[in-house]
Amino acid sequence: MPKHPKLTEWEENELAKSLNRFPERKEKFTNHGGEEIPRLGTPESPDDAYLEKLSFPGKYPYTRGVQPTMYRGRLWTMRQYAGFSSAAESNKRYRFLLEQGTSGLSVAFDLPTQIGYDSDDPMSLGEVGKVGVAIDSLADMETLFDQIPLGKVSTSMTINSPAAVLLAMYVAVGEKQGVAPENIKGTIQNDVLKEYVARGTYIFPPKPSLRLITNIFQWCSQNTPAFNTISISGYHIREAGSTAVQEVAFTLANGCTYVQTAIDAGLELDIFARRLAFFFNASSDLLEEVAKFRAARRLWARLMKDRFGARDPASLMLRFHTQTAGNTLTAQQIDNNIVRVTIQALAAVLGGTQSLHTNSKDEAHSLPTEESVRTALRTQQVLAHESGVADTIDPLAGSYYIESLTDKIEREALALIDKIDESGGVVKCIEDGFIQRQIENAAYQYQMEIERGERIIVGVNKFQIQEDKKPPLLRVNPEVEKTQVAKLDGVKNNRNNQQVTNLLARLETAAQGSENLMPYIYDCVKEYATLGEICNVLRKVFGEYKDRG
Amino acid sequence: MGTAQRNRVLIGKPGLDGHDRGAKFIAQALRDAGFEVVYTGIRRSPEEIAAAAVQEDVAAVGLSSLSGAHMRLFPAVVEALKKAGAPDIPVLGGGVIPEEDIVALKEAGIVEIFTPGTPIDTIISAYRAACEKQPPG
Amino acid sequence: MGRAISLVENGAESAEIILASLDEDLISQATILGITGPPGAGKSTLTNGIISQLRQSRKRIGIVAVDPSSPISGGAILGDRIRMMQHATDQDVVMRSMATRGRLGGLCATAGAAVRIMASCGCSTIIIETVGVGQSEMDIISLADITLLVLAPGLGDDIQAMKAGLLEVADILVVNKADCRGADTLAMDLEAVTRKGSAEPTQVCMTVATEGKGIAELLERIDTLDSAHRDSGERQKRRRGAHDQEVLDWCLEILRPTLKSEITKRKLPLLGDPRRKAKEILQEQ
Repeated sequence: MPKHPKLTEWEENELAKSLNRFPERKEKFTNHGGEEIPRLGTPESPDDAYLEKLSFPGKYPYTRGVQPTMYRGRLWTMRQYAGFSSAAESNKRYRFLLEQGTSGLSVAFDLPTQIGYDSDDPMSLGEVGKVGVAIDSLADMETLFDQIPLGKVSTSMTINSPAAVLLAMYVAVGEKQGVAPENIKGTIQNDVLKEYVARGTYIFPPKPSLRLITNIFQWCSQNTPAFNTISISGYHIREAGSTAVQEVAFTLANGCTYVQTAIDAGLELDIFARRLAFFFNASSDLLEEVAKFRAARRLWARLMKDRFGARDPASLMLRFHTQTAGNTLTAQQIDNNIVRVTIQALAAVLGGTQSLHTNSKDEAHSLPTEESVRTALRTQQVLAHESGVADTIDPLAGSYYIESLTDKIEREALALIDKIDESGGVVKCIEDGFIQRQIENAAYQYQMEIERGERIIVGVNKFQIQEDKKPPLLRVNPEVEKTQVAKLDGVKNNRNNQQVTNLLARLETAAQGSENLMPYIYDCVKEYATLGEICNVLRKVFGEYKDRG
Repeated sequence: MGTAQRNRVLIGKPGLDGHDRGAKFIAQALRDAGFEVVYTGIRRSPEEIAAAAVQEDVAAVGLSSLSGAHMRLFPAVVEALKKAGAPDIPVLGGGVIPEEDIVALKEAGIVEIFTPGTPIDTIISAYRAACEKQPPG
Repeated sequence: MGRAISLVENGAESAEIILASLDEDLISQATILGITGPPGAGKSTLTNGIISQLRQSRKRIGIVAVDPSSPISGGAILGDRIRMMQHATDQDVVMRSMATRGRLGGLCATAGAAVRIMASCGCSTIIIETVGVGQSEMDIISLADITLLVLAPGLGDDIQAMKAGLLEVADILVVNKADCRGADTLAMDLEAVTRKGSAEPTQVCMTVATEGKGIAELLERIDTLDSAHRDSGERQKRRRGAHDQEVLDWCLEILRPTLKSEITKRKLPLLGDPRRKAKEILQEQ
């Protein structure tokens, strides 16, 4: 049977171009018997419905993946989120990871840093260095990346409301190392909308927060063009208890809000849209999760094309990072968590993720130990090198169940996005609590099913055993708060305080107007103004967002 | 009459941790078990929680923390309640709390600690028992 | 103060002693402000803004926030504090959350007592905040000297509010979220409706509660209206109405348990007119 002309067209264009630039990992992918594994399974004669809904990898609407060769070309990035205690201790961990061959870092900040409080703020009590590293000023950032070449390493930073400040610090450290801003690579999460509905590290109300985000888009397009300016995150929405459909809908609705805000601010769509990245959750319902990733990719491509008129393929592609679902980890029989994480990671890979973090088995008790982190990383490596799922593209495509579920998730998510639009948009739906209520209700219903035993969680409500619940735990040094405060005092005593006061005053004036705030923030951090000082200036001008519960 | 007061509890999250799925679930489950639940939301200082507990005259206070700050924050709420003149309000807590911290927290005055996977009926019974110890309103 | 309100709410005997010892002068001087409106209009945020404004002049403030009880379990989630937590440690902001507890009336009595306890403790303004649905919520609004109805554009409930008769009880209509699309239209619609057949049309105020905009102007209008009502005797008339309503509530509250046990005790036949049976019981009591 002759090849379908569309398949030939794809092979001669997208595929050939890609193979030309990046050869595949192996000359030939084979099974145990030495037979060749095909690159891509397709129907013998693709019909119009196939071409419209699935098409080919690296081709609109990207249902089958964003690259023409997917993992045959390059495996997903195995990026493990890490950071705790002081900048010096985290620096040691990062350098260790880099020595082991990691090419990308992922920084976890502590909660005071994420909410723009210095370590000596009364609100920081008990939280300094707990869930990530404490950063008060450029001095901490210098320590964090000491002897790490920012020109070579790409760094992902989980930072949202004060993203502008941490980004400025990162670029400043680069400059001190002699790395020009245009060579700085990495990602900031910078997704404030989901903080209001799911994660809670907001500072300012939505309007000024969106202004800061747009300021970052613009500043980065001119100064750090290789930097991903946002990671639009469904992960935390799902963790808060949403369904898979809600995760897709609320995340893409947030994405549309950022795009619209940037367009309204006069930014060029095809310049900033290529720097938008996404971040999803991989939960245990394997088939639903695979369908979810595929549906999200197709829906985003269609939204970008139809609603916003994006033309550049890079603007249409939903590229995403995935983390396995923290909320599914159990405190009971923790070894079972390795199995859960394996299923979830498999879902992410079958769904075509660009990078992946696998959780560690002990995280329902505390931060993971080095040993359990290693097992989590090994899980990814087994999937990549032993399971064979990376050797053929989008292998579940064409399954009646997967395809109908992909269609269903896309349809239902779009309906929910439309409903949000009809109700006045995302910001209004957050202020009214509509989105929060949807998530809350889904979470409550799910938990009640577990409580009633209708949904079985192995080791928790069935198959329980008596066990000695004492896994080895990682403890954060309780002295970190004291040493961090001492270091902060030192910084304040050794900088030009008059200059800091002047720069903060200039920032305040600029915030009252409508200028891009990034240059002002950049000037402040270079003179060692602290994160708390900068955020307090902005709090004064912008006000603070209040939880609506 | 007089027993209704014993069904009045406060649920709050001290510290900066924004993961409120657990706290909201407990609040909803307590409501469905007939409690009146004053919910104070996320990111509260121990003093704010204590002041609210006194003004609202609740029979028990429930706290949740997932960030590992429980050893500082839970005892701080107990202390704040004492300072606010309400040492008799029992404090219960839950979250990602290692087994080995539980003894120390109980010594610091927290009457019950719930870890992930505790059945909701156990939690509701514990709140009921904590409230019953209060003098009748 | 919290304990005192609990005692009243739970009908404890000692409550009477407390209620008898309250400072009547302070009670009559205090201004009782009712704030009602549909969910999502921004009542709590507006209340929070009003508190901040009043605190600048160092006034002591009381808030009674009412949320509905679940009709099934009798429980309730009282979440109004969340948006007012910035005042949590301010000794001069006294807040009490109350559940409707599914009573017919009765709520008016306990909320009224709470307001008087707060006034007697020096609160010069007491805000009663409640969702504007259901009869018991409407009843407690009658306790207020001045009532605000808070609406916001795009909720689609402006018409519902008119149906529910809320427009009639309101002294001032507040269009919150005035920076959102549709706010001006909503304000114009409201003005048109209230002007119809009324010599003294209800005032319409615009606010953006999240940013504190329009709150100072709103408070000025409240002040002006309150003074006018004090001079004209309107305020006294309303307090009289509220007082009588409260007495009636207490009558029902006190009679209810006795009557209930009387009815159960009698094991009345299923047949026959219930109204007549009721009359007979009351006559014998």
